Amino acid sequence: MRFYKIIQLVSLVIVLCSAGKVAATETKSLAIDFTLKAASGENIRLEEMRGDVILINFWASWCGPCRQEMPYLDDLQKDFSNLGFTVLGINVEQDSGSAKAFIDELKVSFPVLFDNKQLVSQLYKVDSMPMTVMIDRNGFSRLVHRGYVEGDEVAYRTIIKELIRE
Amino acid sequence: MLKALREAVVVVIRTKKSGVVFGLITTLFLASSAMATVLPKDRTDVMYHSYQGGGMSIDGPSILIRKKINKKISASFNHYVDMVSSASIDVLASASAYKEERSEQSVGMNYLQDNTLLSLGVSQSNENDYAAKSFNFDVSHEFFGNLSTLTMGISRGSDDITKNGNDIFSKQANRINYRVGLSQIFTKNLQVSFNVEAISDEGYLNNPYRSYRYLDGNAANGYSYATEIYPNTRTSTAGALRGRYYLPYNAAVYASARIFSDTWGIKSHTYSLGYSHSFSDNFLLDVHVRRYAQDQADFYQDMFDRKDQFNFMARDKEMSTFNNVTVGFKARYLFKFARTSWAKASSVNLSVDHIQFNYDNFHNVLSPELGQSPGNEPLYGFSANVIRFYVSLWY
Amino acid sequence: MNKTLVKKIRIGLLVATLPFLAACQNTMEPWVKPYERNNLTLPVMDWALDPIADNYMHHVYQAREGARGAEGTSGGGCGCN
Repeated sequence: MRFYKIIQLVSLVIVLCSAGKVAATETKSLAIDFTLKAASGENIRLEEMRGDVILINFWASWCGPCRQEMPYLDDLQKDFSNLGFTVLGINVEQDSGSAKAFIDELKVSFPVLFDNKQLVSQLYKVDSMPMTVMIDRNGFSRLVHRGYVEGDEVAYRTIIKELIRE
Repeated sequence: MLKALREAVVVVIRTKKSGVVFGLITTLFLASSAMATVLPKDRTDVMYHSYQGGGMSIDGPSILIRKKINKKISASFNHYVDMVSSASIDVLASASAYKEERSEQSVGMNYLQDNTLLSLGVSQSNENDYAAKSFNFDVSHEFFGNLSTLTMGISRGSDDITKNGNDIFSKQANRINYRVGLSQIFTKNLQVSFNVEAISDEGYLNNPYRSYRYLDGNAANGYSYATEIYPNTRTSTAGALRGRYYLPYNAAVYASARIFSDTWGIKSHTYSLGYSHSFSDNFLLDVHVRRYAQDQADFYQDMFDRKDQFNFMARDKEMSTFNNVTVGFKARYLFKFARTSWAKASSVNLSVDHIQFNYDNFHNVLSPELGQSPGNEPLYGFSANVIRFYVSLWY
Repeated sequence: MNKTLVKKIRIGLLVATLPFLAACQNTMEPWVKPYERNNLTLPVMDWALDPIADNYMHHVYQAREGARGAEGTSGGGCGCN
């Protein structure tokens, strides 16, 4: 039937156009420096944290998986912060209202920065929500993880341990 | 990734069975990118629905329960009942008022893999003279940075039709639907989608209680009735475009247009326009209008010249030339619960719609005015009120 | 030209375009970034806010109008009279 053939053609074309990115890519480039204001009011600069292993997490309050992931990131912070590790949460919303309310309620122990102008999101080419970037002690961006599904926090833990040991 | 694509294309070319192709395309989707689509939200809805108008009173409950089973699978169940009390013009013209109950159950399952959502559903509907079964399979795939969504689906249904008061009457009807849709996010405030659906039926396609009328000099009022005769196949195509645009104060305006045509000669277009506004964090108000206009089926006539004048004859007002206009509003109040509680949110909603039907060539045989020749009674029109009251819970 | 030849040419053309299509990901970047999608997630922008309420309305219309299909929902619709 003609209808069938049209469906087949359309779907083939579109599938081929949608060759997507892999979930995690190993790269070794210097993480781009930035300065953002934290929930605590102070300015935090990435370069000043060199020497620590850093997990940057781009999130938004309207993103379900981001909210789901947050408590696990807090666990990571509590477990590894004395070994030279910190989580940096970067909220990507233009209006920080809902994000601040979410953080106030959750009371995370890591710094939460606000990228209201979305400049850092552009610099880091954020193309999924959430997006997690792992930075080693020398300031190199070692891993980019896109999205969050239950069980990802276990993978984070393994990678963090490796980066801490380096 | 490219190797998988090449292999799949080779198989597509070699195979002739479209069903296998469909499955292959699905496999292709499953092999693609890792930015995640999500399963539909867990929820339970309980609704009371009511339709009052044109001599018909239909109400009843509808319940939906949806729950994720694991991170890839979500299941849903819907139970729906229509309690019908009918004294409509079709019924009163050639029969007497009746009461009946229709009950429908559906079970569905969603499977998520990366950016692809597969949905499978089965459904059955039962009333004392109509039993319908159907299943549907739909694939939805997000791509291009999750800005585009392609949907494809198929449904098959089979119906068993009997007739009250006639033990030997037993007919079948079968139906198949094919649908394709593409949804695109154009800007951070605009989403547009295009859908096409082709439906093919075959079997006994008319309502066994409906009759056509023909001029009959021997009858007291100048005409007599006989059971409608419809073609035993029907193929229709519908195409719709809809868009939703965000307004910066937490509101949105939406519109849709649909055209339809089928092998029975029916052509129609449907337009709708709506406005939704959220305020005070918990309230949502929605107002909408809809207009539907249809050109009759080729074999429709309000009055035929004689019995068995043509091969196919219909007088069901659904086949006539008519239009309807709906005006409606919805009010919703949302309760949000604490992040740590088991339930996430709940809403209470009320929707009221008023529909006005105007028939251009269906006459009201029950109209009390005297002195009219058969076939020249005033045109029929009626209005109906539809109420939907429902409570939703997300968990 | 016989039918099978035409078919082979069509398929050949389709296969020939594959390498180009696979590269189209690189020529056009998604222009709405994930972090710009806040508005699209709000309830006023949600087509599927009330699934059973919408399905019911489609049923009300389908039972009284000649047209059917392309309502944007999956499922077979009810085969009832």
